[in-house]
Amino acid sequence: MSAPTGITRATLFKDLRLEWRSKDAINSMLFFSLLVVVVFSFSFDPTAEESRQIAGGLIWVAFLFAAVVALNQTWAREIRNQVLDAYRVSPAPANSLFIAKTLGNFIFVAVLEALMTPLFIVFYRLRALGPVWQLILVAALGTWALVVNGTFFAAMSLRTRSREIMLPLLLFPISIPALLAMVQSTTAILNGEGAHFWIVLLVTYDLVFTTACLLLFETVLNAE
Amino acid sequence: MKRAFPILGILTAILLIYALYQALVAAPTDQAQGDVYRIIYYHVPSAWTAFVLLFVNFGASVFYLIKRKPVADIVALVSAEVGVVFLTVNLVTGPIWARPVWGIWWTWDMRLTSTLVLWLIYVSYLFLRRFSSSGQTPLLAAALSVLGALCVPFVYFSIWFFRTQHPQPVIGGGGSIDPRMLHVLLINWLAFLCFAFLVCWSRYNLEVLQREVDHSQALESLMAPRGGAR
Repeated sequence: MSAPTGITRATLFKDLRLEWRSKDAINSMLFFSLLVVVVFSFSFDPTAEESRQIAGGLIWVAFLFAAVVALNQTWAREIRNQVLDAYRVSPAPANSLFIAKTLGNFIFVAVLEALMTPLFIVFYRLRALGPVWQLILVAALGTWALVVNGTFFAAMSLRTRSREIMLPLLLFPISIPALLAMVQSTTAILNGEGAHFWIVLLVTYDLVFTTACLLLFETVLNAE
Repeated sequence: MKRAFPILGILTAILLIYALYQALVAAPTDQAQGDVYRIIYYHVPSAWTAFVLLFVNFGASVFYLIKRKPVADIVALVSAEVGVVFLTVNLVTGPIWARPVWGIWWTWDMRLTSTLVLWLIYVSYLFLRRFSSSGQTPLLAAALSVLGALCVPFVYFSIWFFRTQHPQPVIGGGGSIDPRMLHVLLINWLAFLCFAFLVCWSRYNLEVLQREVDHSQALESLMAPRGGAR
C-alpha cells in the first residue's frame, strides 16, 4: 500500500520542484489568462450588473484555455530521455503516475485561479450575492473535472500527430457538461441564486470520470 | 455471404422507395404545418439510426477493451463513421425544417444543443482515429468511446436542466402524433436502418481489405532485400 503512494508522492514532488524552479507552466498560464481577461473586457465592455451575468462564463473560459497550456506540458517532460518508456517497463503501477500528474495539474491550475480571481474581481467589479464558500467548492470540483480528463487526454494525445492541437479537440467536447455546470453554478452564486443541482452534477461527473480514467489509464499508457 | 450483399441492397432500395412514397404521398398532411412537416420522415429516422449506431460503437469498444479482437475495432470504427453521417443529416435537416415552421434556423433548445454536443463528441472520436498512429488507434479510440458514452447522460441531464431553467423561445411540440404518421415514421426508420447496415457492411469490407493491404505492404517492405526496395 505504501509503495504506490510513495511513487505518487515522489512524482508529484518532482513535478512541483521542477515547476518551482522553472515556473514555465504557471507563468505562461498567468499571462495567457490575463490576456483573455483584457481581450474579453474590450470586446464586451460590461457594466457591473452585466458583468455579474457574464463573469461566470468568462472566468471559466479563461481558466479552461489556460489549463490546456499546463496540461500540454504534463507529459512532454517525460518524453525527453524516454522517461515514460522507462516508467512503462518498471513495475510501478500506472495509476500512481496518473494520480501524481493529476494532483500536480490540479495544484498548478488552483494557484492560477487563486492569483487570477482577485484580478477578475477588480476588472469586472464583481461582488457575490450568494455564499462565497460555495464558489470555492465549485472552483475545486470544476478544476478537478477539467484536470482529471485533461491529464488523461494529454496522455492520449501524446500518441498522436500534432498532439498540442489534439488535446483541446478531445477535452472540450467531453468537458461540456462540466463546463456548463461550472459556469451556471458560478453565475447562480454570483447572483444569489441556488446552485445545488449543478454542484451535485459536478460531484457526480467528477466521481464517474475519475473512476473511468483510473480504470482506463493503464491501457492508454501501454497502448502499442 | 457474398451473394447476400446485393440481395440486401435490392431489398433496401425497394424499401427506401416505398418509404419515400409513404412519406411524400401516402402520409396525411399536417393540419398546422402543411407539407413542410414531411421532412420529419428524414429528420427523426436519421437521428434514431445514428443513436443505434453510436450505441453499437460503445458496445464494440467495450468488447474490444475486454477481448482485444480486431473485428470489434473495425465495427466500432464503421459504426462511428456512419453514425456521425446520420447525425449530420439530422442536424442539417433540423434547421431546414425549423426555418419555415419556427421562423428561425437554430435555437439553443435542449434537444438541438444535446444533439450538437453528441455530434462534437463523436467527431472528436473520429479525429483521434485519424491522428493517432495506426498501432495504437484501436485502444485509444476504444477508451475515448467509453468516456464519450459516459458523458452522454451528463450532456442530456445538464442541458435539460439548463434549458428548463429558462423560458423556451419555441416549443418543440410534444403531445401526440397521428398513428398513420407514426406508421410511416417507423417504415422510414426501418428503411434507414437497412440502408445504414448496408453502408456499414460495405465500409467494413473496405476496412478489412485496407488492413490486409497495409499488412502485406508492411511484410513486403520487411522482406525486400536491403537497398532493393523501391
